[in-house]
Amino acid sequence: MELPFAITLDVGSSLANHTGSWRTERPVYVNRLAPCNQACPAGEDIQGWLYDAEDGGYRAAWERIMADNPFPAIMGRICYRPCQTACNRGTLDEAVGINSVERFLGDEAIRSGWTVPVDAEPTGRRVLVVGAGPAGLSTAYHLTRLGHQVTVRDAGDKPGGMMRYGIPKYRLPREVLDAEVGRILDLGVRLELGQRVDDVLAARDEGGFDAVFLAVGAQIGHRAYIPAGDSARILDAVSLLRDVADGEPPQLGRRVVVYGGGNTAMDAARSAKRLGATDAVVVYRRTQDRMPAHPSELAEALAEGVVVRWLSTISQADSGTVLVEKMRLDETGFPQPTGEFEELQADTVVLALGQDVDSSLLAAAPGVAVDAGRVTVGTDLMTGAPGIFAGGDMVPADRTVTTAVGHGRLAARHIDAWLRGVRYQPAPVLPLATFEALHTHYYADAPRTVRPRLDDARRTTGFEEIVGGLDEETALFEARRCLSCGNCFECDNCYGMCPDNAVIKLGPGNRYAFDYDYCKGCGICVAECPCGAIVMEPEET
Amino acid sequence: MPVQPIKFYQSGSFVVGNRLLDPDQRSVQADPNRTNSLNSGHRACQGCGEALGARYALDAAMRATNNQLIAVNATGCLEVFSTPYPETSWQIPWLHSLFGNAPAVSTGVAAALKAKGRTDVRVVGQGGDGGTVDIGFACLSGMFERNDDVLYICYDNEAYMNTGVQRSGSTPPAATTMTTQAVGPEPGNRFGQGKNVPLIAMAHEIPYVATATVADLRDLEYKVRRAMEFRGARYLHVFVPCPLGWGTASCDTIRIARLAVHTGLFPVFEAEHGEVVDVTRIPRQVPVAEYLRPQRRYRHLFGASPRPDVVARIQQIADRNIRRFGLLAAEPAPTAQEAP
Repeated sequence: MELPFAITLDVGSSLANHTGSWRTERPVYVNRLAPCNQACPAGEDIQGWLYDAEDGGYRAAWERIMADNPFPAIMGRICYRPCQTACNRGTLDEAVGINSVERFLGDEAIRSGWTVPVDAEPTGRRVLVVGAGPAGLSTAYHLTRLGHQVTVRDAGDKPGGMMRYGIPKYRLPREVLDAEVGRILDLGVRLELGQRVDDVLAARDEGGFDAVFLAVGAQIGHRAYIPAGDSARILDAVSLLRDVADGEPPQLGRRVVVYGGGNTAMDAARSAKRLGATDAVVVYRRTQDRMPAHPSELAEALAEGVVVRWLSTISQADSGTVLVEKMRLDETGFPQPTGEFEELQADTVVLALGQDVDSSLLAAAPGVAVDAGRVTVGTDLMTGAPGIFAGGDMVPADRTVTTAVGHGRLAARHIDAWLRGVRYQPAPVLPLATFEALHTHYYADAPRTVRPRLDDARRTTGFEEIVGGLDEETALFEARRCLSCGNCFECDNCYGMCPDNAVIKLGPGNRYAFDYDYCKGCGICVAECPCGAIVMEPEET
Repeated sequence: MPVQPIKFYQSGSFVVGNRLLDPDQRSVQADPNRTNSLNSGHRACQGCGEALGARYALDAAMRATNNQLIAVNATGCLEVFSTPYPETSWQIPWLHSLFGNAPAVSTGVAAALKAKGRTDVRVVGQGGDGGTVDIGFACLSGMFERNDDVLYICYDNEAYMNTGVQRSGSTPPAATTMTTQAVGPEPGNRFGQGKNVPLIAMAHEIPYVATATVADLRDLEYKVRRAMEFRGARYLHVFVPCPLGWGTASCDTIRIARLAVHTGLFPVFEAEHGEVVDVTRIPRQVPVAEYLRPQRRYRHLFGASPRPDVVARIQQIADRNIRRFGLLAAEPAPTAQEAP
C-alpha cells in the first residue's frame, strides 16, 4: 500500500483493543416485579399495560388487561386499588392514578366495541361453573379462551352476582356491568339463570362435566342476636342492597341506623341516604383505624352526610329507637362494654355484620372441608373433592371483586392443567422493584390528575354514578406518570451515557444489549438507569 | 431556558432519549447513527468523564456542522488514551501537536481553511484543564483576542490527571493532589488561587462562552449547536469528573457532576459578547458536603479530624456563585394544566 511521506504504518482503529478484559463486574439487564403488579389481586400486568398506553396504544393496553382480567371498566370503578397503595410514585409525589386509566381503557373498549378472540383449539372438555359473580364469570372467560366448553349456572335471574346485587349502581352503572358480562357471554359461554344447584356432584354427573368451579359467594347476612321489641324494624344489608338493585327498595323511614363497619355497611348507609333517609348513622364497635371498610368508601360516606358512631354496639332495638352501649378497647384491641348507654332514634336498623357462605351444595361431596364457615381449598383452589374447585367469597381470602376475579384467573389455569393431567406451574416471581432501586432524579414532577366528581350535594339525590372518568388527554398524561419500575422503557440513558460506546441499541421495542468486548464495567449505566433495570454481577474468573 | 424542558413524557429533560418524543426532539446521543467520534477501545479509565464529555461535544459538533469538522487536540489524557500510535479511537479528522499550542494550531487550521475558501469546514480545538488553563493559556488568549474562527472546548477535570494527578490552575481549594497534600494547617490546595477561564474568556468579549457538564446532556448539546451558529472565537468549558484523580467510584461520574451543579460550585451559564444571557437554575440547593464527601480528594475534611471550617469556606464559594449568577430564582412548580 502506498503511504504518504514519512508515514510507515496505516492508521489503526482502537477497536483492536478489547477493553472488556479490564472488567471485574458486568452490567446485566434485568426485569423486576413492579410493586403494582405484586399488589394486584387480579394478577394484572399493570406496569405492562401502562407502558402500552403511554404512547397511545390503548387497544394493546386493553388487551393486556384482558389477558388477566375480563372487567377493565368494572375494575376502573369499584376496585380498591391496592396497586396505587403500593405504587412507588407515591413516595415521589402521588401514586399514579392506575384505576382511572384502567377505567378509561375499559370505557374506550365498550364505546368502540373491542372484543378478544378465542384462539385455542376446542378441547372438547366441559366445565360447570356455579355462580355468575365475578369469580365464576372470570373463570368461565379464561377457560373459554383456553378452548374449554363452559356452562355457568346461577340462581339469580341476571348475571353479575354481588357486582349486581351487592354494589349500588351509583358506584357501578348497570350498563357497564351488562356490557362487560355480555362480552364474556359472546365468547360462547353458556349461561343458565334461575337454576339453583343444590348438589354439586349430582349436577356434575347429570350434565357430564369434567370439572366444576364453585363460586356461589357469601350471600347470607350474618345474624347477631339483638333483643328487639315486636315492632322493631330490622333488615339485613345484603337483602336491602339486593332489593334496591331489583328496583324494589323497602321503606326505611327518615332515620336509619346501620350496624357494622365494613364496605357493605357503607353501601347500605349511602343507599339509605339516596332512598330518602335524613339521618344515616353507622354504629361500629371499634375505632376508625380498625374499621374494615376501605378508607375511600368511608370518606365518601362521610362527605355525603353519613354519621359514624365509633366504639358503640346496639344492645336493644325497639320501635323507633335503639339503645347503644359505649365501648372501650382493651389492651388486645378488642372492644369491651363500659355500661354507658344512649338512645338513638331509628325507624329502621340495618345489620351489616358480615356475610356467611351457604355451602350446603357441597354437603354430599366427600372430602370437602369447611372451616369457620368457608370452604377449604389448596393453593390450586381445588377442594378436597377431585375436580371440584372453589373461589371468590366462599373461600378464605379478602372479599372483594378484584380478589374474586383473581381467583377466577388462577382457578382457570389450574382447572385447565388438571383437565390435561398436569399441574399448573406459575412463572417464577421476579425480585421486587423497590423505591430504592429507582433513580428518581430523571422523572419530572407531575401531580395526579384528579377525577372529576359530582358535587357532594348532588351525589345523594339519586343513584347516578358519582366518579367521572378521564378524557383521553388526561388519561395519557396519567399513564405517562408511570415510573416503569424495574422494567426498561427505552430512555437511552445506558446507550447515551456509556463512556465506551459499549451499549448497542436494538431499535424500538427491542431495548439494548451490552458489547462486552468493550464494556469496562464502570457501572454508570446501572447508576443512571431511571427504573433500576440494570444490575452489576461479578465477572466469572 | 436554553433547552426546551420536556414535561410529562414519563421522564423529563435529563434522560438521553425517550421513546415518546419525536426523533428530531431527541438528543444526538440517542441517535443510533451518531458519529461516535471517540470510538470503543480507548484506554480511558472506567467511568471517565472526559471520554464521555468529548464524545457528547464532538458528536453534537459533527451534527451541527453536517460532518464538516476538524478537531485539534492538546496533549493530555484525551490525546494519550485515544491515540497510542498507530491506533486511534477518533472517527473524525483529528490533529495533535503539543501540550501548549492547541489553540494556536486551531488558529492555523482555521486560517488554512479560509485560504482555501472552505468556509463549510469548521474547527474545534480541545484539551484538558492543564493544556487550557495553564500551559496553553497564552495561545488561547491570543486566539480569543484575534477572534479566530475556532470553537475551543476545555474538558475540566481539575488537575493534571495524565501525569499522575498534579495540581493545575483549575484545581479547587482544599482538594488534594500529588502536589497539594493534606498536610499543615491548610490541607490540600490553597484558597484564593486558580483561575476561572470562562469569565476570562468573557472578558475578551468573544461572541460565545458557555459552561456545561456531563450531567446535562441536552444542555451540553444545545451549547455546542449554539456555538456553531457563531463565527469567531468561542469557548465551551465542560465539567468532567475524574474517578481516578478525585477518588470517586467509577459509577458516580454523572452523579458527581450533577452535585457540582446542584451545590452551586459549578455554575452552568452561557454568555454572548461578554454578557451572561442565561443560567441553568438549581431545582433545590444541595449542601456542598454532599458533593465533597464521596470524593477521596476531600477526605481530610471529614472523618476522624474533620474540618467544618474548611467545608464552610467552600460553602461560601457555592453561595457566592448562586448569588452572582442568580442560580436559585424559583421556577413555578408544574401544574396539571400544563399537561401535554
